[in-house]
Amino acid sequence: MRLQGQPLVDGEVAARLMKLEMPLSLWGGLDAQTGAIMDATHPQRGACLAGAVVAMFAARGSSSSSSTLVEAVRLGKAPAGFILTQPDPILTIGSLVAADLYGIEVPIMIIHPGRWMELPGNGSARIHRGGLITVWRDGGALA
Amino acid sequence: MLLEAIDRDLLEGAHGAAAARAMAMLVRYGEARKAERFIPIQSAHIDSCLYHGPSSVDFARRYAQLGGRVRVPTTLNVGAVDTLHPGVNCGRASLVPVQKELTELYVQLGCVPTLTCAPYQRRARPGFGDHVAWAESNAIAFVNSVLGARTDRYGDFTDLFAALTGRVPLAGLHLDAQRRPTVGVEVIAPDDVDLPRDVYFACVGYVLGARVAGKVPLLCGLPDDSSEDELKALGAAAASSGSIALFHVLGVTPEARTLAAATQGHEVAHGTPISAADLHAALSKLCPLEEGEAVAAMCLGTPHFSMEEFRGLGRALRGRKPAPGVEVYVSTSREIASAVQSDPVWMDLEAFGVRIVVDVCTYLAPVVRSPEGAIVTNSGKYAHYGPGNIGRRIGLMSLERCIRSVEQGRVAP
Repeated sequence: MRLQGQPLVDGEVAARLMKLEMPLSLWGGLDAQTGAIMDATHPQRGACLAGAVVAMFAARGSSSSSSTLVEAVRLGKAPAGFILTQPDPILTIGSLVAADLYGIEVPIMIIHPGRWMELPGNGSARIHRGGLITVWRDGGALA
Repeated sequence: MLLEAIDRDLLEGAHGAAAARAMAMLVRYGEARKAERFIPIQSAHIDSCLYHGPSSVDFARRYAQLGGRVRVPTTLNVGAVDTLHPGVNCGRASLVPVQKELTELYVQLGCVPTLTCAPYQRRARPGFGDHVAWAESNAIAFVNSVLGARTDRYGDFTDLFAALTGRVPLAGLHLDAQRRPTVGVEVIAPDDVDLPRDVYFACVGYVLGARVAGKVPLLCGLPDDSSEDELKALGAAAASSGSIALFHVLGVTPEARTLAAATQGHEVAHGTPISAADLHAALSKLCPLEEGEAVAAMCLGTPHFSMEEFRGLGRALRGRKPAPGVEVYVSTSREIASAVQSDPVWMDLEAFGVRIVVDVCTYLAPVVRSPEGAIVTNSGKYAHYGPGNIGRRIGLMSLERCIRSVEQGRVAP
């Protein structure tokens, strides 16, 4: 599938796609040392988000999440990008600070909530500068 | 966003390179927050000074090297370790030099090294209606609810950007419409429930946070003489269980002196009342300890103890003695610590073996020496976060029962 997203933080990346079944607070929820989900109450606990395009219906949780994102970027264990359905100021600041300190882009794209259901659970995604998103299913077919 | 002359000046570097970069970040933050314009702030309280890893230092150093200087009075939240008394720290010793470096960078940026989670206990504090940019969940809840000043939920990095520019996007709890109560919650009165008063306030907050997260509650039924320290405990517990950033208490807090003033003619949904059973359920969750279980320590001061709380503790401890080996820690700010130590109440506290810890919270920075045994506390926030953070058995109980447990070395009835 091809989607036109709205760039909250622009950038370009192609990576495997990880769709989260529930929102995740990065602070207390993401292990910055490994990139794994460590929130014991999250259904995808243990899954690794390092280097993945993470689709999350909404961001949630502590305002320290921006620190967790920046520390994970520093360690090379951060998500490669985010797809959300509503703008989130905390992830925005985390992404901008990471780019400023370490020169690594973590694009954040906003898609219409109505398109959320169409995103496959996994596969791969390419985020293009300007907001275009291409999504493939596992095996390489366009989703 | 609509930019005023001052915003454009900041962006264009008229106030230095650090402020320009901070302002550019705030514009992006404001856009994500869907704000139309910026407003000036009176003060800032920064949480980015708590060491999360080398990136915390990289961030502060970046703005210090750009020659950054805060444009409004700015205080610092707790750090990861007490760098003044490193001997008290039982955690990683390697944290001491990095936290010290981080704190020094923020001082270089012009912040006051208060290192307290309760900046509202300082003599100079925000007034009713003032706009401020505060981070730290309990401080946000207190300044909004109890003082009637206005802050949105700021956090890491954004707090420094606000301080370096003196500006924040007009959004969230800065706006009248976002401050109005959206749910009314009837609370059983303390006299009608069989709980000590400090436990009552902690449990009300804990139930409230879990139940109305994301809303602005109007509480009815709390005592008219609810004190600042009691509301501080309630807010801290509510901000722990459900990120409550503003609550109103009918007849008590400044935006809810009367029902008409609180609602301003708007409809308020009826929420589920908080019953005695709810409070007891919260308590059994926050106190999994069993009577007779060995006690290692009592930890108080989450959020940081006030002078009034120290005086009350001194009165309660007079003439009593802890069981051998049981430790007593109270967290507070450097400022209050030095006031307490030159106050007559210090004699009673010292005689009981009270140790004051500054700069940190003891649920983040471990201080209890004894590896075995439970920790007792009268703080709902401590009982909520402590087990996950320091891996100890922790129980919420009244101050009086905490002290009896310390005297007996076992969880008292």
